[in-house]
Amino acid sequence: MEFLLEGILSITWQQAIMYVVGVALIWLAIKKNYEPALLLPMGFGAILVNLPQSGVLNQALEGVGETTGVIQWLFEVGIEASEAFPILLFIGIGAMIDFGPLLSQPVMFLFGAAAQFGIFFAISAATLMGFDLRDAAAIGIIGAADGPTSILVSQVLRSRYVGAIAVAAYSYMALVPIVQPFAIRLVTTKKERRIHMEYKPGQVSKTMRIIFPIAVTFIVGLIAPSSVALVGFLMFGNLIRECGVLGTLSDTAQNGLANLITLFLGITISFSMQAEAFVNVDTLLIMGVGLLAFVFDTIGGVLFAKILNLFLKKKINPMIGAAGISAFPMSSRVVQKMAQEEEPGNIILMHAAGANVSGQIASVVAGGLVIGLVSSFL
Amino acid sequence: MWNNFLISLEIMGKGMLGIFAAILVIIAAVWALGKATGKKKE
Repeated sequence: MEFLLEGILSITWQQAIMYVVGVALIWLAIKKNYEPALLLPMGFGAILVNLPQSGVLNQALEGVGETTGVIQWLFEVGIEASEAFPILLFIGIGAMIDFGPLLSQPVMFLFGAAAQFGIFFAISAATLMGFDLRDAAAIGIIGAADGPTSILVSQVLRSRYVGAIAVAAYSYMALVPIVQPFAIRLVTTKKERRIHMEYKPGQVSKTMRIIFPIAVTFIVGLIAPSSVALVGFLMFGNLIRECGVLGTLSDTAQNGLANLITLFLGITISFSMQAEAFVNVDTLLIMGVGLLAFVFDTIGGVLFAKILNLFLKKKINPMIGAAGISAFPMSSRVVQKMAQEEEPGNIILMHAAGANVSGQIASVVAGGLVIGLVSSFL
Repeated sequence: MWNNFLISLEIMGKGMLGIFAAILVIIAAVWALGKATGKKKE
């Protein structure tokens, strides 16, 4: 009968902690509705990969030899070998994004750029905590506020912390409604938060919508070649959406493809949540630096708007700058909600939405630049 | 550690510069596209 107890007796305390982490992620997904599409598969996967001699990982069986575990295989093929899962997800994301609010007021692009500051602040903070450059850069990219980009960059840089980084990225994306109002209030006055903005969108032709993803691919590809996979697939998805002749493919990309890849990505990333690699002080530090990244993204965007206001007659509500992070559409909704709370009837949603979709582009540019710049120092 | 920190500051400078450079070129492209395609309304 001993063989029946073998599994139970071989559970380590680190694995027990991972069961708690797994259940906590599932609880957050179901009870709090925090990024459930990702956190639930990750939570369940965390339990799967931490069961003793788990069959979802490669195992050496006596008399049989090595067996292939499905989650390990998915990780090696879909993330480690090609980063295919996060990249393919960008087709779906691109197909979901309407760049109209941004194209009608291009100045909003600037806020997407400014709100990437947290990435670089977090990289510096991580180096001060003793992480080497490779891991610091991978941790800093949590500030991209974009799960697939975080996974891809940390994987390309061969960071040891892919699992913790993915958990931090998706957790803080879910916590944007808590983190951003706190950071915005730190650096704005009530008067600034009450600023009204007139919405006068320019016209956006269909031709422009079609040329835009192609042009962005060329521009970003030439300036930051490492981001071509990210921005290229994002823009490919958007071209499918806007071309007008691929309605079925656009629907598939937005729904079937995005859902399928999200499902696989969540359960696959749990491979990197094995107890021996996950349960340590570094994971807590990564969660801390990730929070800093989100806070300083927000502060970077807001302060940039305040600097612009020094030169503008018609002032910008500086909260728009906070919407420049990639967490779409949550960030723009948070900013609109705050504006409404400060002064009922203050509508800045379309401006915020423009800045928010700009953050989608700027975050993948930032991801590519981080890969290119950091690898030149390794 | 300090060496990595100094490198990270360099990465910060170059990274933010790179992002703004890419974004400014995109803004210029969007402006030019708007001028070129402005007559065709949706």
